[in-house]
Amino acid sequence: MDMRVKDLCVARGGVALLEGVSFTLAPGQALILRGPNGSGKTTLLRCLAGLQDPRGGEIGFDRELAAYGAHADGLKAQMSVTENLTFWAAVHGLSDIAPALAAFDLEALRDRQAGMLSAGQKRRLGLARMMVTGRALWLLDEPTVSLDAASVALFAEAVRAHLAGGGMAVIATHIDLGLPEAAVLDLGPLKARAEMDDFDDAFGGAFL
Amino acid sequence: MIALLRRDLTLALRAGGGFGLGLAFYLILVALVAFGVGPEGALLARIAPGILWVGALLACLLSLDRIFALDREDGSLELLATAPLPLEGIVTMKALAHWITTGLPLVVAAPLLGLMLNLPGPGFAWLFVSLLIGTPALSVLGTFGAALTVGLKRGGLLLSLIVLPLYVPTLIFGAEVARRGAEGLAVQTPLLLLAGITCGTLALLPFASAAVLRVNLR
Repeated sequence: MDMRVKDLCVARGGVALLEGVSFTLAPGQALILRGPNGSGKTTLLRCLAGLQDPRGGEIGFDRELAAYGAHADGLKAQMSVTENLTFWAAVHGLSDIAPALAAFDLEALRDRQAGMLSAGQKRRLGLARMMVTGRALWLLDEPTVSLDAASVALFAEAVRAHLAGGGMAVIATHIDLGLPEAAVLDLGPLKARAEMDDFDDAFGGAFL
Repeated sequence: MIALLRRDLTLALRAGGGFGLGLAFYLILVALVAFGVGPEGALLARIAPGILWVGALLACLLSLDRIFALDREDGSLELLATAPLPLEGIVTMKALAHWITTGLPLVVAAPLLGLMLNLPGPGFAWLFVSLLIGTPALSVLGTFGAALTVGLKRGGLLLSLIVLPLYVPTLIFGAEVARRGAEGLAVQTPLLLLAGITCGTLALLPFASAAVLRVNLR
């Protein structure tokens, strides 16, 4: 099933950030979002994940297909790597976590408490979580933060395997992931013209 | 959803989970009242049902802000909201986990603490029953308050201010059941009202809590 986004306008705190965001993604394709800090990458991903409603435009796909990978990994420090992954797999109705552990080289750490992991290892565990959701569309927000070069390669490999299996991915990132086949969407030119009405709405008119 | 309940119970029991805090607070509070009022058996016996209920209420309040705040901090809450579980179910499981880790120990401990306050003999059973029926409402109401304040830094005090007035009906009828039970009067009317409040909150508040969470996660 294709993912179609047409003329999307997203807002944060009542102020429009992006407008006219349009793209189509077919199974097996990935889209890289680029743009400076504060350009609305996270807000766009949250809209696509269904965590907030867009200001306007259409999102033409089932949000039940999307798995969201945010800045925070959703890990419990007091639980082991295996327990964390098993929990997220169970939430999504799955039980097999072995492929995810293998893909992100976490097998040696499987009984370690998540709180004892390094930042990069936590990130790898957070990314492994995407694999146990069993969902077709991965929405990833800066997935490579605190990863070393070898782990970035593992991540690129996992994304490629996901795409090869008919999955899709939308990835916001600043670095080169080594995915030359992925389309790139630069959010810079799509910046919304902040209208005075927006500020009035957002601050109840008392701001200006 | 069972996985979520199991995770919350596991986390509560592990280091730093806060299991037992409410219970210890309850014990200390009741002991302080016993020391403060002094060895006047008749007076203690008269105020025992009310004190035991107020103590349970306050002990319940202690752990409320953990219900969603920890999940919000580490990002689990957003990820759960995008998971295939309905948010209403998530909220219900959270309330259930809170009741099992906080409410249920209070229910079990209350008759023992009744000894310290010279609770009259027939009151023990009714205190147990009234808390057993009433504490689920405390957890569900508290979960609603926690959902309301989840985005706020240091929302704990605000949470108490929001939730405590909502606890008043449960307190009135719960303490009334225990008091009438202790004095050997008929308890049917307050018991039914207490059960009605619990059923009503159980039926309605998960939807309200889920709606509030959706707004707060935006």
